[in-house]
Amino acid sequence: MLTRLGFPLSLLLLAALAALLLALGVGSAQISPGQIMDLLQGEGDALARTMVMELRLPRALSAFAVGGLLAVAGALMQVLLRNPLADPYVLGLSGGASIGALAAMLGGLGGLAISGSAFGGALLSTFLVFGLAHGSGGWTPSRLLLTGVVVAAGWGAVITLMLALSPAERLPGMLYWLMGDLSYSRTPWPPLLLLLATCVVLIPLGRSLNVLARGPQQAAALGVAVRPLEWCIYVTASLLTAAAVTTAGSIGFVGLVVPHILRLLLGNDQRLILPACALAGGTLLVLADTLARTLIAPEQLPVGVITALLGVPTFLFLLYRSR
Amino acid sequence: MSVLATRDLIIDVPGREGGTPLNITIEPGQVWGVLGPNGAGKTTLLHTLAGLQAPRSGSVQLNDSALGQLRRRHVAQRLGLVFQDRQDGFPATVLETALIGRHPYLSPWQMEGADDYARAEAALERLDAAHLRDRLVSTLSGGERQRVAIATVLTQAPNVWLADEPTNHLDLHHQSAVMALMAEQAAAGYAVMMCLHDLNLAARWCDHVLLMYPNGDACWGPRETMLVPSALESLYRQKLAVVEVDGAPVFVPIKA
Repeated sequence: MLTRLGFPLSLLLLAALAALLLALGVGSAQISPGQIMDLLQGEGDALARTMVMELRLPRALSAFAVGGLLAVAGALMQVLLRNPLADPYVLGLSGGASIGALAAMLGGLGGLAISGSAFGGALLSTFLVFGLAHGSGGWTPSRLLLTGVVVAAGWGAVITLMLALSPAERLPGMLYWLMGDLSYSRTPWPPLLLLLATCVVLIPLGRSLNVLARGPQQAAALGVAVRPLEWCIYVTASLLTAAAVTTAGSIGFVGLVVPHILRLLLGNDQRLILPACALAGGTLLVLADTLARTLIAPEQLPVGVITALLGVPTFLFLLYRSR
Repeated sequence: MSVLATRDLIIDVPGREGGTPLNITIEPGQVWGVLGPNGAGKTTLLHTLAGLQAPRSGSVQLNDSALGQLRRRHVAQRLGLVFQDRQDGFPATVLETALIGRHPYLSPWQMEGADDYARAEAALERLDAAHLRDRLVSTLSGGERQRVAIATVLTQAPNVWLADEPTNHLDLHHQSAVMALMAEQAAAGYAVMMCLHDLNLAARWCDHVLLMYPNGDACWGPRETMLVPSALESLYRQKLAVVEVDGAPVFVPIKA
């Protein structure tokens, strides 16, 4: 049983480490893995050390954390809504965050204010969607999904309006934020610690999530306290998404495609899928971000474009091959 | 051993006013059949007895504690429910599906061990489904799925079985096999209550019967006092002929 979980996770961990090494080595100056090991131990060339430790490492770790957060949030949303199309953004979270970030940019604010405003927008959207879906009765997965999709469409219109009304010199920054951009991220530690803490908290809930995926009544009949668990998933997934969006802008697709790829390959045991999502989502985003900043260097591509270009064919291929 | 009892229970069926308050005690060793036409509230009753749905008034008692006061996990270790319809959710194999019956017994950090696997496999074996163990449930036939659902509850090993039309989709042989399993559970000291549409299965396998009318009226008691043709004819609004086969009455609908 432990090998069933351990083998795929070790493999994914190795892939994650390899991706991080690649991210540290590739760029305007190439650094070999051997040199990186030296640098990480505090030896080697001072200039190279500054570049790796203060520029590439924080950015790579941020990318890893954001990818992991989005993938775990996606896997949780799919279990909560029992709908394969659910992803972290489907409940209007990224729309709310985008409005917050764009408003801060329009106001000429920078840095921390943009992050704080985006986080506030994401939480506002969460409560708005949940409050509306709850209505006078109780919420059901389909009602929550529908409310989220409609609210997200509303946010989309407001975003377009804000872009149309904003002065030309602010447009590039805003567009980059909307497409996902890791150059905003300063310190990787808050999202990274959140990702780690979430995995530790979620693994003991994994079997309950497996049962919940079979429907709330079946879960209740098997001893799961359904409503508290659903609340826990909703709040956690929202928080993870808000943290990810705040760190890197809105990066689509990771939360939808990574859990599905892993389910096709590894089955549906959430105890395996959730940590696997953290590792694979992180790896995908580290690779995508490395490509984004090297393909047309010194210019950068929006990382969201790369995740989609990598993810779409992989996903379609696996779906085509599956039974 | 667990005893499930209702105190002045009125189930919550939308659009129905009141009805007969139910005061039923399902003792260990008894097999109850719930009979009634479509929409009489049989499924609602079972869900209320399992604590999945709140009653309109009255209460359900499991071993003298109100069901609503007990933790779901505690309830699930004593009471199992075979659902009439199932959601598939994400794809899962037959063995994985049977194995979730062990969920109420495992602590959060615990993985299923050899003993849990052995119980699940024995349950599948008992339901004639061991050869399906690695198949995806979504690829099974209706009757095979029904047997897997019953095997899941058998893995759960409850003291009180609530089964909503357990013979749905089953062929004749497996109908008898499932009813024999229920009788075997009762003989082992467990309590069984099941909703049935087949009067003849009730006549052959149940020792107590609850008749539920669409207007909320109900009556219950030992099988012999309940399965009388005149009562059943008014329950189903259907003329019946009765013959005796193998020591049990057989009810056959006839043209009015």
